[in-house]
Order: sequence, then structure tokens, then C-alpha cells
Amino acid sequence: MTKEDYKKLVSKHTPREPKLRNIVVAFFVGGLIGFFGEFIIFMLQESFGMSKVIAGMWTALIIIAISSILTAFGFFDNWVNKCKCGLIIPTTGFAHSVTGSALDYKKDGLITGLGANIFKLAGSVILYGVISAFILAIVRVVIGV
Amino acid sequence: MSSRKYKNVYLNDYFTIVGPLEKMSHLKKYNLAMDDYYYKEKTFEQAEVKMQNTVVSNLMKNNFLNEGEVDLLVGGDLTNQIAVSNYNAKNYNIPFLGVYSACATFVEELILASNFVECSGLKKVITVVSSHNLTAEKQFRYPVEYGAPRPHTSTFTTTGAIATLIGKKISKIKMESSTIGIPIDMDISDANHMGAVMAPAAASTLMRHLTDLKRDASYYDLILTGDLGCVGSKILKEYMEKNYNIQLKNYMDAGCELFLDSQEVYAGGSGPACLPLVLFCKILNSKKYKKILIIGTGALHSTTFVNQKSSIPAIAHAISLEVE
Repeated sequence: MTKEDYKKLVSKHTPREPKLRNIVVAFFVGGLIGFFGEFIIFMLQESFGMSKVIAGMWTALIIIAISSILTAFGFFDNWVNKCKCGLIIPTTGFAHSVTGSALDYKKDGLITGLGANIFKLAGSVILYGVISAFILAIVRVVIGV
Repeated sequence: MSSRKYKNVYLNDYFTIVGPLEKMSHLKKYNLAMDDYYYKEKTFEQAEVKMQNTVVSNLMKNNFLNEGEVDLLVGGDLTNQIAVSNYNAKNYNIPFLGVYSACATFVEELILASNFVECSGLKKVITVVSSHNLTAEKQFRYPVEYGAPRPHTSTFTTTGAIATLIGKKISKIKMESSTIGIPIDMDISDANHMGAVMAPAAASTLMRHLTDLKRDASYYDLILTGDLGCVGSKILKEYMEKNYNIQLKNYMDAGCELFLDSQEVYAGGSGPACLPLVLFCKILNSKKYKKILIIGTGALHSTTFVNQKSSIPAIAHAISLEVE
């Protein structure tokens, strides 16, 4: 059997991933987190008289803190797979990956373990986040919005 | 010819320990079970060393062996530099060989031990193999324990450790013959689809075993592959039929037999501990099978090679057991 024939045989037996269902689930879970964020922004504005920008920053901090605490309690282990990418794409996923690495590697020492590994997954998010922000800033200047 | 028959080699005893999830699976009559992944140690790696240590010590104790009476210890696991086995072996004053063929390690150990007993006149050899879900995850899958969504072809590394005592003393399980595998690469590079990677290797070793020993697949009451998983075992069946015109009827896959459907492990269990746990804690309990061919299947990759887009080679070793 050639390698091409074998690949055909493999794809015949490989179960199809329910992509549409995953997308819908992720859309609703992600949307729910967004809704929750908006609710916090609204509450901060109403209760503490913050401006929308300041309230937004506090909201990001609150969501990051909640996610990190939930990571420690093992919440994500059970729920990420059920919620598909709905929990990973928002800030919750970022916070979870950082706290997860920190917990995982703290036993390998503060420098060689925790320090070297804490951004193992989140490093990509930071790097490409900064690059895209830079490109978008240039686009904005060029277009002159 | 890489197949050989054994005249006088027996599997005298074994000792098993299973992880917290495996405890609630199809496995019965294991010797010990862990309540959590730490096993009262500080790290997962140390927990795995303790698992190996526990099975070897208990096996020696149950058979009234002291260190001087064991001629050789063969050990293997999934961590880098097979560190777990090395750190376990340093606790004993026994000559040690560390081996690695990923999830085929258990069968490789049995073949080595049997060959040493048959040819080199060693009297008692202990083999030990372990895998721990969380140390293996660190090694092979995502960089951190992340709970990332998995495809339905992915398998779940079994947590457990098994020690066996191989020797010349006649007992209920006889090592009958073995075949050492050839690495096969069918150009599959999906690290989440190990069944597809390893099925051709299992098929090749099975075919060479049958041709070398001039046997038919129906000679065996059961052919048990290691951890192809539920998807991989279907691929193997069709591959055997199309490529060699052999229909596998008396066939099972250990990975597919281990966990309950409700345990959400997708295509089944994997890891070097998977095959021995299913063999000792499920298949042998049933007492239905006399002639069993076990084929350990291993994917010989590292994350570095996979990230560099290399395809994954696989290997399978086979050993046939006769159970009284």
C-alpha cells in the first residue's frame, strides 16, 4: 500500500469533528464572557463613577483574577473541552495559560522553572498581540482615523 | 529473522498499580490504586518514581527475593532520558538496563528479559514500566496543562506501573515466541492521531511474526495490540485486509478496552502502561484465552521533530504468551 493510499484509508476512518457545533458553542460561551465583562464595566461606571476606559481596565483585571483563581481550583480542566474555544480565546484563556504554567513549573525552581516557563503558551499571545497592535496603529495613522 | 521461539522462559509473577481514573475503568484485580496523581509526593515525576519503586519492591517481597538474587532489572517510561526508570533503578543494587520504545516499551522489555533468560542463562529478571498522564502530557502534548480541546482521534495516557518477574521457574504464563519490530514511517505527522501512525507498524510486525513462525492469524485465541485506540484499531483491521488479505477476527486493542465510554478519553487509553494493565487486569482475569499474542505499539517521535514538521515513525514489538 502506498503512502497516499494509506492516507486515504486513515481519513476514511477518522471521525469528523463537529465543527459547526463547536463554533456555535464557542460563540455563545465567549459571548457570555463578553456579556459578563460588559456587566462589570456597567456596574463600575454606575457604582464608582469611573470613566468607560478606566472601568474597562478594571474589568480586564477582575476577569484575569477570577480566571486565575478558577485555574487553581481545576475549573478549566473540566470545562475548556466542553466549552471548546469559548473559554480560551477571551482573556480568561490567557490568564489560565499563565497561571497553569506557573503552577506546573513552580517546583522546577523560581528562575529555571517558574520564570522560564510562565509565558510558555502566553508568550505567543503577547508577541503577536504587540505586533498586530503595531501594524494596526500604522494602518490607523495612514488612514488617518 | 528477528522472530525466535523460547523453550524455557516463564512470566512468574507481576505487580500492578493503577491511577485514579484507571481505578474506575474496566480494570479489575489490580494490586494497588492511587487516589490522586501526586501519590503523596511533591511532584508528578517523583510520584512516578514512587509508583515504579512500589511495584518493584512489592514484587520482590511477594516472591521472597533479595537484591542479590535478581540478575537484571529492565526499566522504561516516557519521561526525558527515561529519568523515572533511572531514579527508580538507583534504589536497588541490581544491574540495570534502561530501554525506550515509547508505548512499545513493555513488550521490548519482555523480549529482552526472555532473550537474556533463554540465551544468557540469567535466572531471574525483573522488568518495570510506567506511565503517568501528567508527566507524559508535559513531555509530548501541549507545553502546559491547559485542557485544550482535543480531536476525537487523540488518546489519553494511562497512569500506572507494572513490574514482572521473568525466569526459568515453570509457571502459568509461558513466553512462547517473540518478534522484534522494524520502524515504519507512513508519512503521518499528526501527533493527535497516534492510531494512524502506529497501525502500519503493528501490521508489519504481526505479518513478520506469522510468516517467520509459519502461522495463521487464527492460531491465536487473541491478538492484543497496545494502544492504537478505537480509531487506530479499525485502521489496522482494514489495512491488514487490503494489504495482506488477512481478516482479523480474534483481535482487540488494549487502548480501546481500558476506559469506560463515560470517561471522555476519546479514542481510548495509551502509554506503555496501557497494554500490561489491560492484559493483567482484564484479559487474564477472563480466563478465556490460552494463546495470546501481544503487540506493543510505539510512536517514536519527539515534540521537536513534530514541530519541525517531520513525519512520525512507529515501531511494534510482539511476544506470544501461552496461559494455562
